Amino acid sequence: MTCCTMDAESVLALSTTSSSAEEVRLVSQPLGEGLRQLDLSVPDVHCGGCISTIERALLSLPFVKTARVNLTARRVTCVYQEEVETRATDPSKILAAINSAGYRAHLFTPQAPENDKTRNQLLLAIGVSGFAAANIMLLSVSVWSGADAATRDMFHWISAMIAAPALVYAGRFFFKSARNALRHGRTNMDVPISLAVTLSYAVSLWETVHHGEHAWFDASVSLLFFLLIGRTLDHVMREKARAAINGLARLAPRGALLINPDGSRHYIAIEEIAAGDEISIAAGERVPVDGIVVSGESDVDLSIVTGESSPVAVASNSEVSSGAMNLTGSLVLRATKIAKNSLLSEIIGLMEAAEGGRARYRRIADRAAALYSPVVHLLALVSFLGWGFLGGDWKQGMLVAVAVLIITCPCALGLAVPVVQVVAAGELFRKGIMVKDGSALERLAEADTVAFDKTGTLTMGSPRLVGVGTMDESATAIAHGLATHSRHPLSRALVRETKTAPMSFDSVTEIPGGGLEARNGADVYRLGNTAFACGTSVVPRTADSPFSEVVLSKNGVDFARFFFDDTLRPGACEAIDRLGAAGLETLIVSGDRQTVVDNTAHALGIDRAFGSLTPKQKVEECQRLNGQGRRVLMVGDGINDAPALAAAHVSMAPATASDIGRQAADLVFFNDRLDAVPEAIAVARRSASLIRQNFALAIGYNVLAVPIAIAGLATPLIAAVAMSTSSIIVVTNALRLNAFGKRRDMQIRGGIGRSAEVKAA
Amino acid sequence: MNMLIYLIPIALLMGGMGLLAFLWSLRSGQYDDLQGAAWRILAEDETDQRKP
Repeated sequence: MTCCTMDAESVLALSTTSSSAEEVRLVSQPLGEGLRQLDLSVPDVHCGGCISTIERALLSLPFVKTARVNLTARRVTCVYQEEVETRATDPSKILAAINSAGYRAHLFTPQAPENDKTRNQLLLAIGVSGFAAANIMLLSVSVWSGADAATRDMFHWISAMIAAPALVYAGRFFFKSARNALRHGRTNMDVPISLAVTLSYAVSLWETVHHGEHAWFDASVSLLFFLLIGRTLDHVMREKARAAINGLARLAPRGALLINPDGSRHYIAIEEIAAGDEISIAAGERVPVDGIVVSGESDVDLSIVTGESSPVAVASNSEVSSGAMNLTGSLVLRATKIAKNSLLSEIIGLMEAAEGGRARYRRIADRAAALYSPVVHLLALVSFLGWGFLGGDWKQGMLVAVAVLIITCPCALGLAVPVVQVVAAGELFRKGIMVKDGSALERLAEADTVAFDKTGTLTMGSPRLVGVGTMDESATAIAHGLATHSRHPLSRALVRETKTAPMSFDSVTEIPGGGLEARNGADVYRLGNTAFACGTSVVPRTADSPFSEVVLSKNGVDFARFFFDDTLRPGACEAIDRLGAAGLETLIVSGDRQTVVDNTAHALGIDRAFGSLTPKQKVEECQRLNGQGRRVLMVGDGINDAPALAAAHVSMAPATASDIGRQAADLVFFNDRLDAVPEAIAVARRSASLIRQNFALAIGYNVLAVPIAIAGLATPLIAAVAMSTSSIIVVTNALRLNAFGKRRDMQIRGGIGRSAEVKAA
Repeated sequence: MNMLIYLIPIALLMGGMGLLAFLWSLRSGQYDDLQGAAWRILAEDETDQRKP
């Protein structure tokens, strides 16, 4: 992406998603004194230039008090006055200002600040344990460099007093989780951590009381310090992506215009719509709740709901489901269900049922802990018993056992996974891909099959003119002239892709649910579906054609036919090629008609394509593949894809996806190109092998250090050095992510170059 | 040896002040937008100013 510029077309496309002043006011929070705060999600900001462009654009509005961009969360917080000189202000101008500065802006409902609280608690714990570790280390260094009896005891006592509150405060995350795991009869990384920390503190205290030479206060506190860093990185990564993904509320309307029994209209929030209410939906708005059309005719775009790519005509008594986009005429709907019970709740039910497969997944750190902790505990026990029975010195045995526990404590292991995942997530973030949590990267690295949805994922959901069936050159000019009067997606495509000078007419009317009618002298031209253009007597062609068809008629006689196909998402071909080269199998699961799906599959070179699938069938397809031992990556965007996104091993969605689709997906990509899919897989695989290396390094280090501990030679100094060195090595290795594996990437790219040459030949 | 009686409390006090400074910076939201803060250094001051 070039810095801070967007092409005119995409900005134009944005303006269709603008919200009304009432809707914006509904979302913003009152601050008192006539001020309101509006939070917006702006996914395109990525540098300092963007920050100042947006802030300057907003501050230039007279009613805006403050504007501040948060680059990390990609958000704008804007405070504005409700009234300027007793005239109500129009807050939708804020969105318009951001759009005209060249950025997309979406309304955003702030979530409960629960997550930030956890992050702040973790940071506080890091601060406290860091403070304690630094001070204790200071005292320990004096002890190591030869402080004698009385001074040493005093230093140990001071260390003990600093360590105790720090351990209780900073260690509570680990103790809680370890207790939880043990209570359920499981074990995780936190069990050996808690054990090592508490045991080492207890033994050190005992040593101090008895004027002993060695104490491990520094080890137990700095252990916590390192581990908390890992834990915090993990948490911050998850929150960063989640905040950005939650921030996009592009496709859910916030409310609707309610028609009161006396005919007056007012705007209410979506939660307040009751079943039986009549609501008005203007052309270009999304349907907020399921309902039945009371009056009006229109075409609705169901692509986000069912995956059907061509618009469907609706009239009185048709059912309309929430999420559909009303295209041509305004409609009055009677709500049949409240928002909570609309189509969405059904989908959510399916999602919850489908999530079982993923819930069984155990994170790699836990799997390692299951192997690692019994070995460590056994080692400590054996050395304790060994020194006790063979040496006859039980006190020495205890000290050795504690030294073993500290040296093998999974400090580096605790960092091994989160550091790599944070670096990988940062790398993907720069490429416009958000990762919801670390386990998503682990699962992505294992994927071997990629299932794509069609509409909105492989294709952009915007039609493109692919063929003109006419003998007459002037037909194109007539059609172009007619199409300029409509905002129907097919008309827009016709205008965009025909280059003839448009013809003008005496009068043009748009008939919702049919098409356009124009009069020029005595001639009547009609542009629309077959039934409308040629009169009802003509039987419309069967729905087998992979293309959407528009007919132009002159005085009721078929004059020209235009064929449209969906536009492929940019980079789709390259993405499929790269996936193939990397050894992944691809298939399409779509809710659209089979012929349309076959057409897309053929264009992209995908072998298997399933069309006309219901959300449930998509889930079943995923589960069937899972049953064959395949790890499925599902890529989809619509409401109908959400259950499959939840059922698949791992899932991705474009940022333009429905809210529920984005919520269900593990990764969300913000740029238009489908290249994001192989890119994310490449980074995930790289990070998976780095994680394996890190485990090898950390365990290898322990293997070297353990004999020293068992031999009873591990002074606190050696324990401290061993621990920090292994942590530093692991972190340094994680930072190689960008350089690592680049050569292999090049090989894959080279492979594509060759296959492209073969095709060309 | 006696100077340790002064020096150790002083060291702890200074460390504690560092900890308090950290707590203050955390409370005042200075860690909310680390990337943005890095860029804002380079930005001209006018965008940061509040309107009267």
